[in-house]
Amino acid sequence: MNFTDIHTLMPEIVMAVLALAVLLSELVIRRKETVGLLAIVSVAVTAYFIPTSFGTVFNGMFISDGYSVFFKFIFFTCLILTVLISSRYLEIERSSHGEYYALLMFATLGMMLMASAGDLIVLYLGLELMALSLYVLTGFIRHEYRSNEASLKYFLLGAFSSAILLYGIMMIYAQTGTTDINTISSVLTEKKATVSLLLSVIFLLVAFSFKIALAPFHMWTPDVYEGAPTSITAFMSVGPKAAGFAVLGRVFLVGLYPLQINWIPLLIGLSILTMAVGNILAIQQRSVKRMLAYSSIAHAGYAVIGIIAGGNEGVSAMMNYLLIYMFMNIGAFSILILMRSEDFLGESLDDFKGLAKTHPLTAGLMLLFMFSLTGIPPTAGFIGKFYLFKAAVGAGYTWLAIVTVIFSAISAYFYLRVVIYMYMHEPEGEAVSLSGSPSLGLALLISALLVLFIGIYPSPFISFARIVTG
Amino acid sequence: MIPLHWYLWLGSIVFCIGIFGFLAKRNIIIMFLSIELMLNGVNISLVALSHYMQDLRGEILVFFIIAVAAAEAAIGLAIVVSLFRNRTSPHVDEIRELKG
Repeated sequence: MNFTDIHTLMPEIVMAVLALAVLLSELVIRRKETVGLLAIVSVAVTAYFIPTSFGTVFNGMFISDGYSVFFKFIFFTCLILTVLISSRYLEIERSSHGEYYALLMFATLGMMLMASAGDLIVLYLGLELMALSLYVLTGFIRHEYRSNEASLKYFLLGAFSSAILLYGIMMIYAQTGTTDINTISSVLTEKKATVSLLLSVIFLLVAFSFKIALAPFHMWTPDVYEGAPTSITAFMSVGPKAAGFAVLGRVFLVGLYPLQINWIPLLIGLSILTMAVGNILAIQQRSVKRMLAYSSIAHAGYAVIGIIAGGNEGVSAMMNYLLIYMFMNIGAFSILILMRSEDFLGESLDDFKGLAKTHPLTAGLMLLFMFSLTGIPPTAGFIGKFYLFKAAVGAGYTWLAIVTVIFSAISAYFYLRVVIYMYMHEPEGEAVSLSGSPSLGLALLISALLVLFIGIYPSPFISFARIVTG
Repeated sequence: MIPLHWYLWLGSIVFCIGIFGFLAKRNIIIMFLSIELMLNGVNISLVALSHYMQDLRGEILVFFIIAVAAAEAAIGLAIVVSLFRNRTSPHVDEIRELKG
């Protein structure tokens, strides 16, 4: 190693230092919104070091390439949007503490390490940094039992899945003698697929499925997403999930690529099961927050198709899908936050009755996000699904694309039900009072504009993802 | 000299005891301990492998696992404490406000 290697690691170092600074600044800054603003500034400073960071350093342990930079772009945007939607919400929940923003930044740092990991050790450390911060954030509303419970469930299953991941890493290490992802790939090309190798692939796959909530390892998701603070649910369903996909892509499409024939059927099975579970169970949910949790399970099922299809086309389709999913999902959760006020939960489907009469603009935005999540043109959701299907058909999985289309038709039922409640029901009781704030409005504006923009003019984003993977 | 696969068997048995404990016991503290057992099963195997392959990576990973496990225990117990402030029961079956 020489000292110039530091350039590649600079974004992570800056992020870590600034996260600590934000943690300390909380002691002297009375207004917690200012701490949030500091977090946003830190992200901007970190992003400044990204363009000079390309390279592979520390004997291949840390890789900064187009693939990781694209994911870091997703994480940064996700962090900024989450900070924007949080400040007012935390006051309503009476949990406005500055540590919240520092923890969000540590979680983002963990995700950055995951996206850049060239070695299973770095991957594990990044994953734990992200997960440990998220356990705390999930239980952030300490006086509320639901939040505690969600945090405990997340913690138990998260720690369990980390142990399984470690066993998988250990088995890979036993058989290849290394933990470096590129070396694993070259060792495996000369090896035959033995039972113990396949077993280690299964261990890794199970652990990652826990993290990105693929059925049948999704059981924690609805509970955790429902109990966690809504802003954290928005964050968790986008950032950590994208980070999970980043490592899934890196480990399976690089490290375990020689065993592709063996893991593709498993991944196809998981994908179909995930879409089925997510979409069908979402139908019977009365709580919109819980419905969005199931929908996030289903969307993970769609995005996996990008990894199954593989290649430049598949990976860039997956990355685009995750990017688009971020805007529409955070948008939908922002509406939920907007509905929440001091003595009103605003999570039930009934709370949305007649919203179009009382608050036409909010209802219109929710309509946009619901259309996008369903995948109706001209919204971004359509573009995301379109490129995924194109990649699947191009890789010879036409039948899988058809299955996905069927499931996404099912999903229209529960997404559009929200729209029906808003537009075709009369308002009941008192009108819902919205708790808006300028920052929340800004987050909604950004998400809504990008959902429309990517839907109408997707080519810059598509070619961006193609270039970085190519 | 004790052959490598004895260690690997020991590691996998400890790991399986951990899995069994996690799935079968309903006390949160016992579930924590089971997760620690799983991690230590991995640690035993990694150290043995590292020694027999004359490679340091395994041992480095073990140090990281131990450090992370300590952080995990701290956070886990903190979560349990905050849960107990609202309701006092160590049994997971009674923690079911959110229906899975």
